[in-house]
Amino acid sequence: MLTKRIIPCLDIKDGRTVKGTNFVDLRDAGDPVELGALYAQEGADELVFLDITATVDDRKTLVNLVREVARHVNIPFTVGGGISSIQDVSVLLNAGADKVSINSSAVRNPDLIDELALQFGSQCIIVAIDTRWVDGTDWVHTHGGRKITEIQTIPWAKEVENRGAGEILLTSMDADGTKAGFANALTATVSSNSSIPIIASGGAGSMEHFYEVFTEGKADAGLAASIFHFKEIAILDLKNYLASKGIPMRI
Amino acid sequence: MEIAIVKYNAGNVASVMYALDRIGMPYTWTDDEAILRQADKVIFPGVGEASTAMAHLKEKGLDLLIPQLKQPVLATCIGMQLLCKHSEENDTTCMGVFDVEVKRFQSNELKIPHVGWNSIQANQDNPLMEGLKKEEFVYFVHSFYVPVNPLTTAVCEYVQPFSAMLHQDNFYAAQFHAEISGMAGQRIIENFLAL
Repeated sequence: MLTKRIIPCLDIKDGRTVKGTNFVDLRDAGDPVELGALYAQEGADELVFLDITATVDDRKTLVNLVREVARHVNIPFTVGGGISSIQDVSVLLNAGADKVSINSSAVRNPDLIDELALQFGSQCIIVAIDTRWVDGTDWVHTHGGRKITEIQTIPWAKEVENRGAGEILLTSMDADGTKAGFANALTATVSSNSSIPIIASGGAGSMEHFYEVFTEGKADAGLAASIFHFKEIAILDLKNYLASKGIPMRI
Repeated sequence: MEIAIVKYNAGNVASVMYALDRIGMPYTWTDDEAILRQADKVIFPGVGEASTAMAHLKEKGLDLLIPQLKQPVLATCIGMQLLCKHSEENDTTCMGVFDVEVKRFQSNELKIPHVGWNSIQANQDNPLMEGLKKEEFVYFVHSFYVPVNPLTTAVCEYVQPFSAMLHQDNFYAAQFHAEISGMAGQRIIENFLAL
């Protein structure tokens, strides 16, 4: 049976793993290569590696770091941050990334999704959607969540699917960093409207939160950073807990 | 032992190279006909879209060379699909080593692509599964599948049972990504190299 995935996220700034609250106030959380290898050993199903400063500083993702992570892990991993062209994607896949995640560049130029899907296959193209509730609606945000767009989240999720995205990484900026649980209602709406997998992100603070996002939230994968980096929850404990509650897990 | 990895633009070969690095096996990444013909083992990896991948192979004549190889060949993911006769992905004529069709998953209930860790049930005599449990979790990412057929050596279930592995003569293939399937995937690659 296809299992639900537990995905630690490595937010990278200046070569270090960091985790902030609501995407600001960044705290150092260690060496991403060591962390990635450790997570793979501990039973993580996948890794996401996001260069969170790439868009803002107009820097390309740290390709050498991607190589080092790939050299030490035997599970799939995704790279995001500052990707805006076929060439960017080609470089990252060649450096060892299994998939790429695009965000701001897809908002700026939605045709990029179609082009990447045709060139590399939908299955390695993740569109990340950062969303925040503003004036009664969920709006897509870019630039690490700092910039609101004129695009609504739910129709955008459908559009990126239609254009060829293979998965959606949905981050609730309202929930991110709060440790109060994932945005289950929004995640469920997006997941029900979609035929591609949804990776839920933002708000994980306890093992129950993962149970809720896989049941109420209808997510295919749950992503978190700080609770894993700061060893608040061990991945194997989490997977055993979820399996005991009837969620299909690879253990 | 000489290991050659088939070089063509559409494949994500880095993951395969890193997997070989991790088990300490040197390799050559090449599209050179002589090297590919004389290697002890050939790995034909891939991430991508079938028609683009076939176009790249044709540019270099690899579409004619690969089916003629005599040594053990391991094809993964799109590599496996390209060794089949035809793919529904952009109506692509493939290399025809495996006389089977590649079909698109159709489901109103389950999501497409099939992404993540799923269990496979291997035939008892499947040499690539030596030392592994009859049922193992491996990592899949695909929207197209090969139906179960006489060449199937391991089955996975998603929407319906489908071929997780195929074998004919010297050609071995896996729909999943052995190179990123944790310790089980590593053992499958080691078993292939030991053939």
